[in-house]
Amino acid sequence: MQTTTATKGAISIRNVTKIYDPEGVNVMAVDDCSLEIAPGEVCMIVGPSGCGKTTLLNAIAGFHSITSGEIYLDGELLCGPNKPLADQGADRMVVFQNGALFPWKSLLDNIAYGPIVQGIMDKKEANDKATEMLAEAGLGDVAQKFPGEVSSGMARRAEIVRALINDPKVLLLDEPYRAMDALTKSIMHESLLEVYDRTKVTIFFITHDLEEAIFLGDRVIVMTTRPAKTKKIVEVPIERPRDYTLLSSENFRLLVAETKGAVHEEAIKAFEAGERELA
Amino acid sequence: MNPNTVIKPELTAKRLTSPSGLGLLVYKFKKIFGSSGIYLQVFGIGLWLFTYYILCEGLKLFPFFKIPGPVEVITEFFSPDPIWGMSLYTEAFHENVYVSCRRVAIAFCIATGVGVPLGLFMGWSKTFQDYTFPILETLRPIPILAWVPLAIVMFSGFETPVIFLATLASLFVTTLNTLLGVESIDDAYFRAAGCLGSKPRHVFWHVVVPGAMPFIFTGLQISIGVAWFSLVAAEMISGDYGLGYMIMDSYMLNKYVSMVMAMISLGFVGWLTSAMVRFAGDRMMQWRVRALALEGR
Repeated sequence: MQTTTATKGAISIRNVTKIYDPEGVNVMAVDDCSLEIAPGEVCMIVGPSGCGKTTLLNAIAGFHSITSGEIYLDGELLCGPNKPLADQGADRMVVFQNGALFPWKSLLDNIAYGPIVQGIMDKKEANDKATEMLAEAGLGDVAQKFPGEVSSGMARRAEIVRALINDPKVLLLDEPYRAMDALTKSIMHESLLEVYDRTKVTIFFITHDLEEAIFLGDRVIVMTTRPAKTKKIVEVPIERPRDYTLLSSENFRLLVAETKGAVHEEAIKAFEAGERELA
Repeated sequence: MNPNTVIKPELTAKRLTSPSGLGLLVYKFKKIFGSSGIYLQVFGIGLWLFTYYILCEGLKLFPFFKIPGPVEVITEFFSPDPIWGMSLYTEAFHENVYVSCRRVAIAFCIATGVGVPLGLFMGWSKTFQDYTFPILETLRPIPILAWVPLAIVMFSGFETPVIFLATLASLFVTTLNTLLGVESIDDAYFRAAGCLGSKPRHVFWHVVVPGAMPFIFTGLQISIGVAWFSLVAAEMISGDYGLGYMIMDSYMLNKYVSMVMAMISLGFVGWLTSAMVRFAGDRMMQWRVRALALEGR
């Protein structure tokens, strides 16, 4: 996993449209959205609540079908006209908004679970590997604890370890730090950056937090309110490795301001439309 | 935050090793007798007994004057030579308690053995649920007493109909709670399992079963109560032994003291079996017990 230049994890979203049909009324969640994500890119998706960001993530992960368009991962079709629902698989690992470590398994068992059920490793190998990775993530002391016994920050970090042990091509994160306080969040950001610098895994990261988006991302994709389209793409030409001194730099402030303008406009539209959030 | 991440080193050193052996015993002792709970409980029981005494033996108020009071019942209960023929020392009493407990144990085991898998499959497979749910929902509201004649017609003897009725009552509770348990599992766990490359059998064993566990055990606690309830009802109608039979028989023979004794015994064994189920649940769901403990529960 010690790759330095990424060669895998290119996502290509081509003209994807998703229409939900609750109670017989068509609601367009995503409208003709196209996006190319390079291997090893950290792609941040921001947009107003309920704009269809999660719909895109769900389509990539194989949780929801798409209505039209195609999504490719490294040139292979995930979903398209004849196959609206992508297969779920360990090449795309999701880190969920509210966390989805199995509460009935210890952190160690949670992390060893993936390789075991996929038949890649036997139990001992998986446990050794999981122990090693937990220690690397600074969670060695709590490996035997259940998720309910550790802080939300630790649980979230363990969840990322659970994803990484499967050596995924893409990490899909759906507002993973939404419910955290600012201080914990900053620790999580640094640990995610550290993970990224080490693995160069492609990251598809949904957030509302613009500072988070600029701080972590290579590109920030601002989505319009529903139906979601790309409104603006902000490149983040800041060198890695990054650390917290960045937050007070002029360059960073300007990028946040630039993004904020675009997002705010959409947020107002979304607020005025007053629409409920869809899945 | 995790309690182990306390910053003061002297505190960490103290807290990191949990007490064991005698130390643990002292700690638990202090915890129990250091809180007001235990005293309130003793006081509550005392108050209840006192009221019972005043009503039945002290003032002999209507309509309580016919009921044997606590002194009479307790004296009889612990008497090696009981006036009405039953006490803790008599074979007949042991027989009644044993027979009822055995019947409940059999009924509870069958109901759990059938009900839990049934509920799990119903929750797991929509098709299976579609087949079975309407039948379950139609049979479930039929009161257990309405099954009594059918049970007697179907099975001969005393034992089988009684066990059948208790099993039936428990079965519905267990199945329904297990089903609700599966349905209560957050979709995110299924998605996570899918992401991690699980096959359906992995999802069943690693998500469906443990995820439904809290509901299953809530169901089992209700189920064992229901088993006692229907068992006693069945024993009162068609029985040869058992606490339900003892109540009915004592009533017929005007042995009211024995009747109250049987009732109190039912309360105790019912509470005991319920506690056993709770204990088993806590042992099997350490993840939940520990998480709740950190929340101070």
